[in-house]
Amino acid sequence: MIHMTVIIDENTKVVVQGITGYQGTYHSQAMRDFGTQVVAGVTPGKAGTTVNDIPVFEFVSDAVEKTGANTSCIFVPAPNTKDAALEAINAGIKTIVVVTEHVPLHDEIPMVAIARSRGVTLIGPNCPGLASPGRAKVGILPSKIFRKGNIGVVSRSGTLTYEIVNAMTEAKLGQSTCVGIGGDRVPGTTFVDVLEKFQKDRQTKKIVLVGEIGGTAEEEAAEYIKANVTKPVIAYIAGRTAPPGKRMGHAGAIIARGRGTAESKIKALEAAGVKVAPLPTDVPRLLA
Amino acid sequence: MKLFEYKAKELLWKHGIPIPEGQVVSSANQIRAISGPVMVKAQVLIGGRGKAGGIKPANTADEAKKVASAILGMNIRGYITKEVLVERRLNIAKELYLGITVDRSRRSLLIMASAEGGMDIESVPEDKILMLPIDPLIGYQKFMGRQVATFMKLQKGQAAQVEDICGKLAGLMAAEDAELAEINPLVITAEGKVVASDGKITIDSDALFRHKEYEALKEDLTPLEEKAKKLDIAFVQLDGDIGVIANGAGLTMATLDSINMFGGKAGVFLDLGGTDDPEKVKAAMNLMKEANMKVILLNIFGGITKCDTVAKGVLEAIGSKGSPVPIVARIKGVNEEIAREMLRNAGMIPASGLSEAAEKASKESLR
Repeated sequence: MIHMTVIIDENTKVVVQGITGYQGTYHSQAMRDFGTQVVAGVTPGKAGTTVNDIPVFEFVSDAVEKTGANTSCIFVPAPNTKDAALEAINAGIKTIVVVTEHVPLHDEIPMVAIARSRGVTLIGPNCPGLASPGRAKVGILPSKIFRKGNIGVVSRSGTLTYEIVNAMTEAKLGQSTCVGIGGDRVPGTTFVDVLEKFQKDRQTKKIVLVGEIGGTAEEEAAEYIKANVTKPVIAYIAGRTAPPGKRMGHAGAIIARGRGTAESKIKALEAAGVKVAPLPTDVPRLLA
Repeated sequence: MKLFEYKAKELLWKHGIPIPEGQVVSSANQIRAISGPVMVKAQVLIGGRGKAGGIKPANTADEAKKVASAILGMNIRGYITKEVLVERRLNIAKELYLGITVDRSRRSLLIMASAEGGMDIESVPEDKILMLPIDPLIGYQKFMGRQVATFMKLQKGQAAQVEDICGKLAGLMAAEDAELAEINPLVITAEGKVVASDGKITIDSDALFRHKEYEALKEDLTPLEEKAKKLDIAFVQLDGDIGVIANGAGLTMATLDSINMFGGKAGVFLDLGGTDDPEKVKAAMNLMKEANMKVILLNIFGGITKCDTVAKGVLEAIGSKGSPVPIVARIKGVNEEIAREMLRNAGMIPASGLSEAAEKASKESLR
């Protein structure tokens, strides 16, 4: 049997780095309620304690050895994020979701490069994580918006993704996997990485791509779609009315020197045969 | 965080890159005796200073004082000149370009170099620019500096200086947590020295925790932007009349776009980040009251917090007197019906979806 999965599945065993903080504690329980196996937590100085009955370890390597953890979800503060991710990679973790935002650029660049060179899937930083309804969730996406189905969602945004997924669910259009790749300038996982997985995934029949202004990730996605993706793709691009030169919330959401505009992205996607929704609430209509 | 030219040059100097001798003054009579010709340069964080009359030559101290008094206080494309840099004029033989920036597609740093400096790098033809990515696993190495100097077709003496500067600029990027470091022009003087005649450096604001030295630096922010920054709220002033508060950058932008589709125009972009913390919502409402908008649109997609708790925070911010301007509120999540009822009872205009909220806010603004 062909193993069908996009990044996470029933065999995902999560270690939560920074589990004793507010976010770590709340979301480790929420992930578990979604059906994810959350097997361990790591917080330096708190080894031997538990959080919601989840054992806490000093090091990721201890968690891997004792619990078989294979995936990490990182909630540690930004100054410690690079160290936490590299500790996870060093311990043999193969999938890492970095929720933390405001990670310094000069930490992000080597962290992402090392992950890629080691064949580690690093999602984020500054991302909500991913969810496969009926299987598992790693990150902070609200559980109740999802419905099991066959549409793959990939997005640079957090709450906007929730908005769109929620509208899809209300229209009874379920999701195979939803991946929030995050709004930073140097993401560990790109649109192209996820599109490749959706194209191969048997459960995924259609794809929704949610982009925003800044950079050229959407243009690169369009190029990839044109050459490699046979499944229908629907897109929404946020920031049509954003002024140039202003950072619109996300570190990566800025129109710099006339590049990274919504128009350029929409044009590229439409040229690749992608239907672009004028409003986020139009996505379900275009999927139907 | 963009640095003023003089601050950028201080950093270049600190890392061993030659700069012209000079001094920064905020009033003309602070100018010391000078020997030889100088340039007087307005210190503003906006391009096109020269064209706007913000850069002028002077030959004597008296002349420099006269020129400086004219430039100080000058409004350059909306920025008031508070300081000028008075520096020794270089005998320019050739102008080069050297910069290091982030290549988002390659997810690495990128060296950009050209033998045609002195103008906006955007207007230099692409085949005249060397784009040299720095593989993060390899890091900056000396051969990269040699590639830069070779591309610029420099003579041996100057090539060695450019190679050295290239390495020092790469070192500066890492040590100072810069996201952009640009020298344009990098001047070869008639005497054969290579000197940074201008400097543009942007420091990564996410790395300020390890650079306490920048805390004292003042940024050019409006009082409202200052307040928002302290609250860790992304706040951008726009030219419309609908104030938008939403949580998450993408959702806030999508709310702006939706308003536009219904004929309205946003005047404030206020992104709380991906949070629905009632205290932060309350602070944002208070901030928005000061922005003098015609209509306020609140669009919260709830995650951790229950909608009625968020609504309670909104009501507290408005106070018992109510809001002088219409507020369209949409809060999505657990207990949203209760929240909607609370907001309606307080005289707000509740909406259940994003499009509905955008349509209602636009209508109110056009009334």
